Amino acid sequence: MDLKDKLVSSFIAFENMVDVESAVHDVRSEAIKTFEDEGFPSKRDEDWKYTSLNSVLKHDYSVFPKQENAIEYSDVKKYFIHDIDTYKIVFIDGKYSSHLSQTTHDSMDVCLMSSALAKPKYRLIIENYFNKAADKNSLSSLNTAFSQEGAYIHIPKNKVVEKPIQIIHFSTGNESALMLQPRNLIVVDENSHVQIIERHQSLTQNPVLTNSVTEVFTNKRAIVDYYKIQNDRQSASLIDNTFIKQKRESHASVHTFSFGGQLTRNNLNFYQNGERIDSTLKGVTIIGDKQHVDHNTLVHHIEPNCESHQDYKGIFGDKSTGVFNGKVIVDKIAQKTNAFQANNNILLSDKASINTKPQLEIFADDVKCSHGCTIGQLDDSAMFYMRSRGIPEKEAKALLMFAFSNNVLDSVKIPEIKRRITKLIANKLGVSIGFDL
Amino acid sequence: MSNKYTEDDLREELKTKEYEYGFYTDIESETFPVGLNEDIVRAISKKKEEPEWMTEWRLEAFKVWKEMTEPEWANVHYEKPNFQGISYYSAPNSKPKYDSLDEVDPELLATFEKLGISLDEQKKLAGVAMDVVVDSVSVATTFKKTLAEKGIIFMSISEAIKEHPELVRKHIGTVVPQKDNFYAALNSAVFSDGSFCYIPKGVRCPMELSTYFRINQAGTGQFERTLVIADEGSYVSYLEGCTAPSRDENQLHAAVVELIALDDAEIKYSTVQNWYPGNAEGKGGVYNFVTKRGLCETSAKISWTQVETGSAVTWKYPSCILKGDNSVGEFYSIAVTNNYQQADTGTKMIHLGKNTKSTIISKGISAGKSQNSYRGLVQISSRADNARNFSQCDSLLMGNECGAHTFPYIEAKNKSAQIEHEATTSKIGEDQIFYCNQRGIDTEKAIALIVNGFSKEVLNKLPMEFAVEAQKLLEISLEGSVG
Repeated sequence: MDLKDKLVSSFIAFENMVDVESAVHDVRSEAIKTFEDEGFPSKRDEDWKYTSLNSVLKHDYSVFPKQENAIEYSDVKKYFIHDIDTYKIVFIDGKYSSHLSQTTHDSMDVCLMSSALAKPKYRLIIENYFNKAADKNSLSSLNTAFSQEGAYIHIPKNKVVEKPIQIIHFSTGNESALMLQPRNLIVVDENSHVQIIERHQSLTQNPVLTNSVTEVFTNKRAIVDYYKIQNDRQSASLIDNTFIKQKRESHASVHTFSFGGQLTRNNLNFYQNGERIDSTLKGVTIIGDKQHVDHNTLVHHIEPNCESHQDYKGIFGDKSTGVFNGKVIVDKIAQKTNAFQANNNILLSDKASINTKPQLEIFADDVKCSHGCTIGQLDDSAMFYMRSRGIPEKEAKALLMFAFSNNVLDSVKIPEIKRRITKLIANKLGVSIGFDL
Repeated sequence: MSNKYTEDDLREELKTKEYEYGFYTDIESETFPVGLNEDIVRAISKKKEEPEWMTEWRLEAFKVWKEMTEPEWANVHYEKPNFQGISYYSAPNSKPKYDSLDEVDPELLATFEKLGISLDEQKKLAGVAMDVVVDSVSVATTFKKTLAEKGIIFMSISEAIKEHPELVRKHIGTVVPQKDNFYAALNSAVFSDGSFCYIPKGVRCPMELSTYFRINQAGTGQFERTLVIADEGSYVSYLEGCTAPSRDENQLHAAVVELIALDDAEIKYSTVQNWYPGNAEGKGGVYNFVTKRGLCETSAKISWTQVETGSAVTWKYPSCILKGDNSVGEFYSIAVTNNYQQADTGTKMIHLGKNTKSTIISKGISAGKSQNSYRGLVQISSRADNARNFSQCDSLLMGNECGAHTFPYIEAKNKSAQIEHEATTSKIGEDQIFYCNQRGIDTEKAIALIVNGFSKEVLNKLPMEFAVEAQKLLEISLEGSVG
């Protein structure tokens, strides 16, 4: 039985575990139909032209983990941003781990999707926001069909959340192959501000496939900074679907750091439903081996006077492949839009490849839209300059690559994250220098 | 055409005309019954007195075509042509060959006069030889003698099939195979005529070769086939310009152009396309589905320059296959759409050889309710060390009912590749118009000035005669687009 059939038939089992009377369940039933009709995307789909899921879908994934698994904090401490105080929402094999987590209901809700779906006091928010931003394509629909667990964050009006929120998914490898479908809902009301860090980490070599959907709603003048750290093991694959719906004068930024995993696909979608909105999409990708990272972004300018900034840097070694597919749509009424998009890539090996497709679809005339895209190598003269001053080749290369990706790091607002990423980059490049020269 | 065309002439012209070249020459034509089947393909081939291998080649293409479906990925929407409702052959019903101009149907000559390309004038305008194609049969060729002295073969492709079968047979379909795509297959099966050009080793063609294509017979699609072969170390500049009479019925045009540049050769191919774009309500107009591709051997160079102002729907991607080491591909394009026109155009640069270079400059201008898309592919294969590409796609929007789109595909499989791609979208600034107004230049003229400046990089690449015509076309195409 292939994975699609297995998923479709597991839905019946899933219905026994959840409240089928709720309004959310109608959404689920509809979503599984969409998935059943469309199936997994193939290379024939224009959006998946350069990314094949075949190698990922061949495993016999278990869809529901059988048991609750526990892990010790000391074993996984390194995966947390642990040097600052944060709220933590931790899942182990898709199940909530209360002893690793630190949630709150004190004047805001940083808790679980499952409890938000179950408790009546959250019903209004769920009705108003759940599945209202996500698109209806097959993978998001698959997630919607099995949506049950994930992070639920609701920040009420005029609140600056004093510490960042970490959302971490661990997979223990107790199942021989595991498929996870986390579903996050983040609603930030007027004038509020929140910072979120998301990470998926597998602890063994057993294959894991995560198909995650995150919906973020930023209301008037809200500020959301979202950081995605993707440094998983070679056996893990991630399909991340993030949808951000912005109201007027809100600011949202998503930084994606992709260093690990077998296959990583980031579908990042911004919808600007108001005026004077600012959206930032940035990413650094440094991969090697046979890794594959695909960034698929969409910024939809629906109203006038908005801005969007995209900046994606990629460094590809060994047999790795990179994809960047950035789409900017400017609607007819979205005059005075400023949309910028840059995608710069370095190929380090002849076996590595990059496919990039920056797309502009513009229907308004008074706009400033530009995209730039480059593919190149490290500058020989810069290398020579450093080598002639006694910096070894490896370190010199690392310095150049770090400088190359520094634009993206510059806009990271949490210093601890910046430090952590810098360290990850150094690790990835196999050097032990700190870069903070 | 007079080169002393001034802004005042333009204004005068704008007042009076809807579509300048919208007239219809009534020449008795011999037209085949509508529809397409194996018999029609055979009949076309027989009509053209083709050898057996050519007939077989056409039939092979027809077989493939039957299995194919029309491509739908392009960003254009139109009513699909009924391929069984088209007559696939029409030839002016006069004597098949002419020795001098006197023998040519006077009505035809008048047509050329109206087009501004009267043969007399062309003959005097040294440097340009015309292979005039009205509908499908070549009716007059000038300067053949001068060319013959150099060993240059420049004739219609049906003549070439008869006179130089070895050259045609060796090269036809090598760059655009019969089964390449739907329209190329259709063209391969039913092409009526077109031009053939061969430049021998080491010869620099002394003049710009040029052909004019016209669609002249109601209900007949034109299926030209052009084959240009530049042998080692040779050079040729080839001009293609098109105008068509105004019709209400949609007309299909599916041409195939193959360029072959052998070692160290250079081909410069320039196009001005000004077919009937349909009226201001989007009714009528020509469907232009063209496959153009060039193959570069070692150190060869192919340069495409196009000015696309006409056609209701354009689907066209002149491409370069940079097969040989050190070969160079260039693409310079201006695409103007107005009213309900739709254009999906761009290029493909396939880098296979080492040290290959390509440049893409594309300028899209959309006005009215039109949609203008750039779609391009830059592909660097793993063997193509030190490949270099620079692409620039700029769009200019006039009014808020039109759209500009860019779909660049960039695929690199070699670490030494250097690729840059830039795209911008903008409108004509109010400050720019104000600046011009302030200096006594009215808005309409100011727009023409700015559009010309915007397109300059591409206009500069056109041969002189074309540049003048192209500039004029740009202005006419954007007529009335200023609010």
